[in-house]
Amino acid sequence: MWKWLHPYAKPEITYHFTGKILPWFAYLSAILLSVGIVWALAFAPADYQQGDSFRIFYLHVPAASLSMGIYVGMAIAALCSLVWQLKLADASASAMAPVGAVFTAIALITGAAWGKPMWGTWWIWDARLTSELILLFLYLGVIALHNAFEDKSLAGKAAAILTLVGVINIPIIKYSVEWWNTLHQGATVSKLGKPSMTMDMLWPFIICFLGFALLVATIICIRFRTEILARNSMRPWVRELVDKIEG
Amino acid sequence: MQFDSINAFFNMGGYGFYVWLSYGSSALFLISLILLSRINNQNVIKKIAQRQKREKKLRLAAKQQNISNTTISPEEKS
Repeated sequence: MWKWLHPYAKPEITYHFTGKILPWFAYLSAILLSVGIVWALAFAPADYQQGDSFRIFYLHVPAASLSMGIYVGMAIAALCSLVWQLKLADASASAMAPVGAVFTAIALITGAAWGKPMWGTWWIWDARLTSELILLFLYLGVIALHNAFEDKSLAGKAAAILTLVGVINIPIIKYSVEWWNTLHQGATVSKLGKPSMTMDMLWPFIICFLGFALLVATIICIRFRTEILARNSMRPWVRELVDKIEG
Repeated sequence: MQFDSINAFFNMGGYGFYVWLSYGSSALFLISLILLSRINNQNVIKKIAQRQKREKKLRLAAKQQNISNTTISPEEKS
């Protein structure tokens, strides 16, 4: 049933496949982000309580949910590399970690810049903020482990174990606003059934979110392809490819 | 358009500093991540190319040495 997937376990085929889809991700992301950001900044209505500071929402929420989404993706890749010893899964996990770290940092910074005018403070040790900060440290730990050993497969194994242990943090972030009393507001968009937002605020959000998601896909593709080349540098197909590029 | 003038747009109803701080720092982070990822890619390709060049040189040198050895050896025998 899953036979069609088998060829993609071969680095060469995956390298060429990701090379083909990468420009599509990049262009679509550029279009969606330019439309979405302009819409969010200039055309979406201001919030009746928060005024124009609400426009930070269009960066903060996509960055925060993608920071968790990337972690889940990285954890699945880590599991595959530990259980089935898939080398490509390990390469992809290592490609995802820095992207996730940057999106976590963006979520924290935009959150602080939104918290200052709305709550009166840049930072508070509240459940949602603290657990998101722990996510940043988990990402940094995973990146450090990937670079800590000469032997890439040993490094991958150590990083994969840390990744899987850290998965516990994801439901904690997600439900922190329900489990504990916090300053952070609850879910607006992802509420089951109907989001509590008007459509003229929701549409730019959806476009921004898709744009950021495709940007994540683009950057992960670039980094994944770099990892494949670095880890297969002695293979004949890489030698030919490099000879062709460098002349 | 929600704003009457370009000044009102930059002012963001008094929240200009926070809004532009958010958008500016996010753009800075994302652009550096993209650039670093691409530079990293180019560096890996360059490194592999350099190693290949070095290997080719070594192989060539070894071959020449072999040729000179084989030309010397019959003379040595005689």
